[in-house]
Amino acid sequence: MFTLESGSGFWNPILWILVLLITFLLFYGIRGFGKSTYKKGTEQTKAFLSGNKEPSPEEMHIKASNLYWGFTTSMKSLYSVLRKMHTGNTSDYILWFVLVLAVLLLILGVM
Amino acid sequence: MTVLEALLQHSPALIIAIPLLSAFLLPLVSRIHAKVRDVFALVMLGVTSCFVGLLASDVLSHGPRIYIFGAQNLRVPLVRILFEVDSMGVFMAIITMMLAIIAVIYSWSFLHQEDGLDKYYTLLLLVVTSALGMELTGDIFNFFVFLEISCIASCALIAFWVTEGEALEAAFKYIVVSSIGALFVLFAIGIFYAQYNALNIATLAHLLLFTFLDKIALVILLVSLGMKAGLAPMHMWLPDSYGRAPPSIVLIIMSATLASFYGLLRVVFTFYGNVLTTSLRFSLPAHVVIGWILIALAIVSILIGVIMALVQTDLLRLIGYAAVAEIGYMFLAVGASIAALGTSYATVALQGGVLHILNDAVDIGLLFLVAGAIYYVTKKRSLDDLSGLARTMKFTTVFFIIGLLAVAGMPPLNGFTSKFLIYESVYQLNPILSIIALLGSILLLAIFVKVLYAAFLGPELPGLKDVKEAPKSMLLAMGFLAGLAIFIGLFPNLLLDTLVKPAVSALLDHAQYISMVVGGL
Repeated sequence: MFTLESGSGFWNPILWILVLLITFLLFYGIRGFGKSTYKKGTEQTKAFLSGNKEPSPEEMHIKASNLYWGFTTSMKSLYSVLRKMHTGNTSDYILWFVLVLAVLLLILGVM
Repeated sequence: MTVLEALLQHSPALIIAIPLLSAFLLPLVSRIHAKVRDVFALVMLGVTSCFVGLLASDVLSHGPRIYIFGAQNLRVPLVRILFEVDSMGVFMAIITMMLAIIAVIYSWSFLHQEDGLDKYYTLLLLVVTSALGMELTGDIFNFFVFLEISCIASCALIAFWVTEGEALEAAFKYIVVSSIGALFVLFAIGIFYAQYNALNIATLAHLLLFTFLDKIALVILLVSLGMKAGLAPMHMWLPDSYGRAPPSIVLIIMSATLASFYGLLRVVFTFYGNVLTTSLRFSLPAHVVIGWILIALAIVSILIGVIMALVQTDLLRLIGYAAVAEIGYMFLAVGASIAALGTSYATVALQGGVLHILNDAVDIGLLFLVAGAIYYVTKKRSLDDLSGLARTMKFTTVFFIIGLLAVAGMPPLNGFTSKFLIYESVYQLNPILSIIALLGSILLLAIFVKVLYAAFLGPELPGLKDVKEAPKSMLLAMGFLAGLAIFIGLFPNLLLDTLVKPAVSALLDHAQYISMVVGGL
């Protein structure tokens, strides 16, 4: 019931959970050897920004459009092609349909 | 004959008749009270589900069922339509009913302040009827009729928020694209009818000679149904429609989209099953050419889906692009199984692909419901305007994390089970395909981690301080899908053995499907 066979390998979620659980317990045990110095409600819990005042939540909010900036910038040329492809015009949607239809007709027609 | 036997005998007809009649009865029922209308829609879907369950247990234990509408005797030249229900058909019908029931429960709270809900439920039931019809029919023209019903009803549902210009635009795009796709399907049906004077799928599959016209019909059906299923590069309508329709409706449109994918499976495996091994030019078998065409389109879908999703800030559109990528995985599995037809890993690939239909419905459905819950409480669509929702929407956050991990194929959730089968089998065909599929999953994880950070983590914005958790019926719907994602992940063989393997056998054993009609009637 638990073991999924693919013909060339297998997957057992229960085994995976057991491994995760043992790993967690191991790390939790190691953590227990540490020295607890954390005190709630003291200076320790406040953000240290090199002496600068903590900005308001709006100023600290990193917007979704700023995430993965590096990836999207490095892939600029690919994105410009994809953006040109996604025009939002219904006639272009149909054009893609006709294009794929023509290419496949050509392939199967020739074959 | 007992009542149960009589109901079982007529279950294929009742599965279509109950939601269809309920759809037209609903405007009358809604005049009694809004709550009666809501309960009526759910009860009718529940009754239909019971019949689907009854039919499924019968088909799974006794083999495919035929139901005849019209003349019993073919010697008399009378019009008749056959429903041929096999394990694949009932598997799809179960998914459709699951999505429909969840959509109705979710709608109770999500749309309770909206007007025109009598029409909403009527259209919803019509889409369910059309999807069920496409999945159970054994007649290609009948398939087209249900496809048309699905197009029209889905278009009206996409335009449900009629005051928003973009919703109308999305609906317009959907009807244009869908109608053109459906008309091309009709054109292909015309080609078959002109050559073989038949419309029954099994009869046509038996007669098919793979002439030049048959090749044209095959291409038309592949491209039209592929477009309806959201295959790139003909996928553009999908993020537009999914992004503008109410999220509860997305679940219903998704069932129609998956029904189109089912249609494509039926075309390739049943319709053309007899001629797939025909040698074409350069001694290439037809199945290799068709398989690699589907694989190429699947890779394009996965890559375009994830790359475009990564830069979206509109949450619903983002999930729409992720859905394109997920459809790519299904096509990759199907393409690989066709290209490697006859090998043991081809069957595993198809099992992965068929299981992924269910997993896609669960995972993408869950993410859309979460996105809907966010929209319901904040009235915001853009991720740039959201932050720190985990503080107030704890359950929704947990459901989102489950959906995130499941859609990215992270163990031990359901997405992993089907993707595991796909990766392993596709690897044996060509390792590069497996690497691209894995890369797609990694990018899907990155996309939804971005959503997790942007919407649920981060500082609490002043405008979102009064936000409350989503209503109970919405949580129930999300909770059910999240629970299912965990359940399938933990007990993968339970579904694989009882539903997926028989469905795959039904698809691969086209001779049995054909002989049921050609040999028996």
